Amino acid sequence: MVIDAKNMNYQTLDRLVKDSAERDIVIENVMGQRYIAAGAKGKNIKINGIPGNALGAYLNDCMIEVNGNGQDALGDTMNAGTIVIHGNCGDTAGYGMRDGRIFVRGYAGYRVGIHMKEYGEHIPAIVVGGAAGAYLGEYQAGGVIVVLGIGSEDRQCVGDFTATGMHGGKIYVRSRFVPVDLPAWVEAHKVTDKSELEPLVREFCSYFPYDADVLLSHDYFVIAPTVSKIYKTMYCNRPV
Amino acid sequence: MDEVEQMLTEVAEKNREGNIRIPSGCAVCGYFSKKGRALPAIDAVDAMSYMHDRSNGLGGGFAGYGIYPDFPDHYAFHIFYDNERAREEAENFLQIRFDISNMERIPTRKVYGISGAPLIWRYFGRLQPEIEAHTELDEEEYVCQSVIHINTKIKGAYVFSSGKNMGVFKGVGFPEDVGEYYRLGDYKGYCWTAHGRYPTNTPGWWGGAHPFNILNYTIVHNGEISSYDANRRFMEIYGYKCTLLTDTEVITYIIDYLHRKRGLTLPDVAKVIAPPFWSQIERMDAPEREKLTTLRNMYASLLITGPFSIILGYTGGMMALNDRLKLRSMVAAEKGDVTYVSSEECAIRSICPEPDRIWSPAGGEPVIAELENREGGGR
Repeated sequence: MVIDAKNMNYQTLDRLVKDSAERDIVIENVMGQRYIAAGAKGKNIKINGIPGNALGAYLNDCMIEVNGNGQDALGDTMNAGTIVIHGNCGDTAGYGMRDGRIFVRGYAGYRVGIHMKEYGEHIPAIVVGGAAGAYLGEYQAGGVIVVLGIGSEDRQCVGDFTATGMHGGKIYVRSRFVPVDLPAWVEAHKVTDKSELEPLVREFCSYFPYDADVLLSHDYFVIAPTVSKIYKTMYCNRPV
Repeated sequence: MDEVEQMLTEVAEKNREGNIRIPSGCAVCGYFSKKGRALPAIDAVDAMSYMHDRSNGLGGGFAGYGIYPDFPDHYAFHIFYDNERAREEAENFLQIRFDISNMERIPTRKVYGISGAPLIWRYFGRLQPEIEAHTELDEEEYVCQSVIHINTKIKGAYVFSSGKNMGVFKGVGFPEDVGEYYRLGDYKGYCWTAHGRYPTNTPGWWGGAHPFNILNYTIVHNGEISSYDANRRFMEIYGYKCTLLTDTEVITYIIDYLHRKRGLTLPDVAKVIAPPFWSQIERMDAPEREKLTTLRNMYASLLITGPFSIILGYTGGMMALNDRLKLRSMVAAEKGDVTYVSSEECAIRSICPEPDRIWSPAGGEPVIAELENREGGGR
């Protein structure tokens, strides 16, 4: 099914997508419509244009591919599914995400993966091909963020205040420039075991024209909290 | 005052900013031709329509530069009046001080979705020669004080635009409706900025719509300033009166003070209102560190905290700026001699589908576009 979204209100577009009996949907001429595929499941959606804020918010299980840039709050609180952006994305991608995958070919804005979380087997992942903005992994509680920094090999590819408030999960960075302003309760280590990283980098390379073997052969560092569940005694279980 | 007028005045006053507080986003957009080409206002109106849902119909407005080439050296006063008495009083005040070459109602058309408009007049005037000769103030300061006088002392009158060869057009409604109301299809200028309002603390009155203006400065703003009172108190020391109790008004005065009165460059103005953190300043090279330390210490009260993205318009230039934490969105693009900035990429793409370059400026990093030849369209 092909939907021409030119001058279409976001609510109308949302209804067309969700009411469609077809699994495969192509949306043409998208220009800023918000909440596309919010809470949707079981669809394979291709978007040509610039989707508005909160694309794939609360996504349950869909494959969304965007031929263009994503705006802010991409995959906000998504539960499952995959979002692939053949361009750059705005701020707060993967905000509070609980599971699923987001792949961005280019750069990503501020606060990627803010407040991501994981539970049991539900481990969300975000892979950014280019550089990422400041406050990467802010308040991160779980899940995996990978920043490949393609094109930023000669400089730091993550912004200031990375991992502020981070207390769970991991941030992998393909770079030798470790941020100097990491908070006291996280540490950066050189990656020796790439078993968690490899499937994500290979999947990234299945969408975009990069060589996974080459990318994986480089040095990475990983940022993770030194103490797990640092807030667990904040309101209860206080040591006396 | 007859009964009808009394009632209208009461209604108008009840809905003034400051008389009601509503605890509760916005859209901004701007474009600028560095070659000073006359760009149509209607592109701003169209671009805003793609961000319709960022506003709630309680305010929309536009500012254009280089729009009055027939009166390039006259102050163009755009004034809202609640009633004819206010108009009479303000006109008497203006005519004593200014040689008014032209006065008219600003042309509007009836638009569904726009109602409750005040009387809207426009005056082109130059300072009376004898006033210019005898005032102790410089000309711009005199005009600035005159505007503050009308807005605070003449009941029912509000000057919402007071620059040269530029003008603000604003009101209560969605921006695309406000644009049609003011017949913006008839205007062209080298720079346009636009705003769609989602008022969060105040009710949405015609004067409270954006852009805010003093002399040639205009501000459109998305966000909420938590340092408002600290900023306002500092500005009041220097004679600025914040009459609207909205945070955007104070930003306009801060920029007027720092740029016009103190002579700071705009990149330095950005360093005052959205400075790096002390932890970032400590890591800088000595000259930059010293400069930022001085600026932060001198103008500590002008640090603006809280989320904001603003677009400043001024004679010959445009600057976009985010708060240092980047709690509001901002996208910038370039195509040929035109610089675009907007809350959302879609608004830029709607009027410029294939920019040469498109990027997201960092928090506190100003995007500045200026005329290549200041003698050109920017006079």
